[in-house]
Amino acid sequence: MLKTFVAAITATAVVAGGGVAAAANISGAGATFPAPVYAKWAESYKAQTNNALNYQAIGSGGGKKQIIANTVDFGASDKPMKPDELAANGLQQFPTVIGGVVPVMNLPGVKAGQVRLTGDVLADIYLGLIKKWNDPVIASWNKGVPLPNLPITVVHRSDGSGTSFLFTSYLTSENPKWAAGPGANDAVNWPVGLGGKGNDGVAAFVKQTPGSIGYVEYAYAKQNAMDYAVMRNKAGKWVLPTAANFAAAAAGAKWNAAPGFYLLLLDQPGASAWPITGATFILVHSKQTNAQAGHDVLSFFDWAYKNGDAAAAALDYVTLPEPVKALVRKSWKTVVGPDGKPVYK
Amino acid sequence: MSITVNAAPRRTTPRGFAFDPIFEILCFTAATTLLVALGGVIVALAIGGWPALSKFGIGFVTGSTWDPNPDHEIYGAAGPIVGTLITSAAALLMALPVAGGVAFFLVELCPTPLRRPIGTAVELLAGIPSIVYGMWGLFVFAPFFAAHVETPLMAAAPTGSVWETLFSGIPNGSGILAASIILAVMILPFMAATLRELLNTVPAQVRESAYGLGATTAEVVMSVTLPYVRRGAIGAVMLGLGRALGETMAVTFIIGNSHGFPKGLFDSGSTIASTIANEFNEASGLQSSALIALGLVLFLITFVVLALARLMLRNQAKV
Amino acid sequence: MAVSKRRIAGRRLGNVVFVAFCGVVTAVALTALALILYSLVTQGLGGFNLDLFTKSTPAAGTPGGLINAIVGSIMMSVMGMVIALTIGILAGTWLAEYAGESRFGAVVRFLNDVLLSAPSILIGLFVYEILVFPFKTFSGLAGSVALAMLAAPVITRTTEDVLKLQPIALRESGVALGSPVWHVIRNILWRGSASGILTGGLLAFARISGETAPLLFTALNNQFFSWDMTHPMASLPVVIFQDALTPYPDLNRLAWAGALLIAGTVLAVTLVARAFSKEPKR
Repeated sequence: MLKTFVAAITATAVVAGGGVAAAANISGAGATFPAPVYAKWAESYKAQTNNALNYQAIGSGGGKKQIIANTVDFGASDKPMKPDELAANGLQQFPTVIGGVVPVMNLPGVKAGQVRLTGDVLADIYLGLIKKWNDPVIASWNKGVPLPNLPITVVHRSDGSGTSFLFTSYLTSENPKWAAGPGANDAVNWPVGLGGKGNDGVAAFVKQTPGSIGYVEYAYAKQNAMDYAVMRNKAGKWVLPTAANFAAAAAGAKWNAAPGFYLLLLDQPGASAWPITGATFILVHSKQTNAQAGHDVLSFFDWAYKNGDAAAAALDYVTLPEPVKALVRKSWKTVVGPDGKPVYK
Repeated sequence: MSITVNAAPRRTTPRGFAFDPIFEILCFTAATTLLVALGGVIVALAIGGWPALSKFGIGFVTGSTWDPNPDHEIYGAAGPIVGTLITSAAALLMALPVAGGVAFFLVELCPTPLRRPIGTAVELLAGIPSIVYGMWGLFVFAPFFAAHVETPLMAAAPTGSVWETLFSGIPNGSGILAASIILAVMILPFMAATLRELLNTVPAQVRESAYGLGATTAEVVMSVTLPYVRRGAIGAVMLGLGRALGETMAVTFIIGNSHGFPKGLFDSGSTIASTIANEFNEASGLQSSALIALGLVLFLITFVVLALARLMLRNQAKV
Repeated sequence: MAVSKRRIAGRRLGNVVFVAFCGVVTAVALTALALILYSLVTQGLGGFNLDLFTKSTPAAGTPGGLINAIVGSIMMSVMGMVIALTIGILAGTWLAEYAGESRFGAVVRFLNDVLLSAPSILIGLFVYEILVFPFKTFSGLAGSVALAMLAAPVITRTTEDVLKLQPIALRESGVALGSPVWHVIRNILWRGSASGILTGGLLAFARISGETAPLLFTALNNQFFSWDMTHPMASLPVVIFQDALTPYPDLNRLAWAGALLIAGTVLAVTLVARAFSKEPKR
């Protein structure tokens, strides 16, 4: 019986391997944050063009590793690669969508958007220097808010993530003690607090612990109606975490002055710019071994730039301003096939 | 246990006997395949982990600073190592008596019509994906544990006593003890199902003669059936311990994930496997190497634990 | 006389305590199961509909199902289990019947136990190095191999344990009747310990059916339906893992439905397998 079983399985595998054409003709892997919108775009793209693009979230680090190892047609990362790093690996990158990080908290008696924080204060809280909610430093920014006499429980991401990278980069730029201490990375040596797995984990710990503070992606905070903080931006204005304010941060950014699109959108000028904003990036080889695959990848993102904005907005992502898209399309001219000719257009 | 046949009787076809050495070779090849697989894993880990191990030396296992920031990368894994040992030991301590109890109940006490449904139900526990345990732990178990166990215990602990230290931490349902309990629930079905299977193999005569001598159920189990399956029982425990040591997803959700030493039962900590699961996806360069080296350390721990178990078993056999 | 009466009372009491303990812990275990199943069913049942079995995994905001993941999981698990059962049963048999007290046998036995506790993510990593990186593509085959490496040690361990418990007299009588050793093993020992080997197989299947980490680095995942085992392939655990951690309620619901589906499948496979094997009579 076992023998027939094995034979049947082997036969199935052979038939499956040889007989049926591959359903997905290009594949990409990397960052978790943009995965839902890439999946959405891929779904519509397949419906319209019958070209399948399979994107899988394995993490930004994984995205870089896999594109360098050439096991996928494109990689994706929340953490832009520096120009020299790109050149060393024969890669180039371009941004696709923008997201923001939102500080969330659990303060009995205090409503969402009532507490105002600066980057400096936020860093002191995450350093464990400010230990109570009614600390005079917090109180000085929040006149009239009934801050409770509760110890602050700090919650951070336990998994390495682009969200943590943006958040710690922001703290680094705002607070010299943070810069000298934990610094900026997708995982750091957190001085205090506990780590939750993913947005879910952070949110659950925040909900279960009165007096806690954490940070999550904007889409998560919005879908789960979490209590957020108001932040002070570079212009000195108090801003709310909204899609419009993320877009304001992206609009003010000087993309054309950023070689290889290496740009963090943190603390951008502009009256309504949300200070903890960042773009997510696609990585492709500058010299494609398979011109068709390279062409397919760029065609997909061209299609997404043209047709994908509404779908992205529905999932609470912020799309790039048109001039930035034009800049990206121009950069694609340097992606060439084995024959040295551009694979796109 | 080897069986030798000197002369083949005529009745049987020579072909049947000719296959004997081939069959033995087949079995041997399968065993060697396992060996090669593990060897391959260890070699791959050693190569991958070498940069971190050579850079930090003994400090990799004794240091307690885990700082993945590329500007000051320091990897000392003492926190996760201690966390792994504590949670696995605690989970085993909690799960083993329960697994034993369940197995004895099913084999010796349970009314026959209930035997199969309960046995299947316990096996079903093993089939629930570990991410479900993690999410159940986080959303259902943690709030309950915080409100009904942690908070009362912390309030009841006399100030300045050893209890206060033991019960320190943030009472929100996460931490070392909570993770150990979830682990215990996860490894329970493995051990219970294997133990039950072992107890079922005890020949009826053996048990019946013990009962016939007037032994009580407890005595039959403790003095007759349990010693009979002792060797296999150790295997069952190893199955459970193995899963506890290597479990990632469920632990990650609920242990609190801080790389220092846990100060109390409710404090957050981390395990080797949870650290790998947390950081591997985003890691590159030295951090990635440090995580692979961490995997190697886990293998070493398993080696030591298993070797100790063997040693204990051997000593017991001599007595 | 009085002493012996007291001893009997003590023994009786000990027995009552023991029986009560067994009963109570079984109740505790069953309660834990009931609580987890309750969460699983209440959260997962809402996602059950026809789409689940006819459509592929959707993006957030569109209706969809899990058929690509279901088919992918079945193909990879079945293939992984076939490999693992072949290696596991043969290796377990070798350990029990041929290895004896040999040093090599002790080494294999020991390393098998080590392999049991290997974190699944490391197994995935190893298979990535030998099957994904050299061939420059993620594949369902690599996923099957990773699952097989997780399942084989469980089967090896249980097979050896149950074979060792078969009385030596069985082997001797088989050989005395003039059977070749492999006949004795196949027709007497394997048959006699079928229930135990089956339990090992079921535990191994239960273990691999929910594994995410080893598949993520080997089979990756696939948004679309595919029979092609030489390319990225969808699987239920990976889909559950990814969808459970997104902010969108419709994907979360799908993840719980998938988790319920896995638990249900494990239950169904256990029941079917048990129906074919005889429960030892008491």
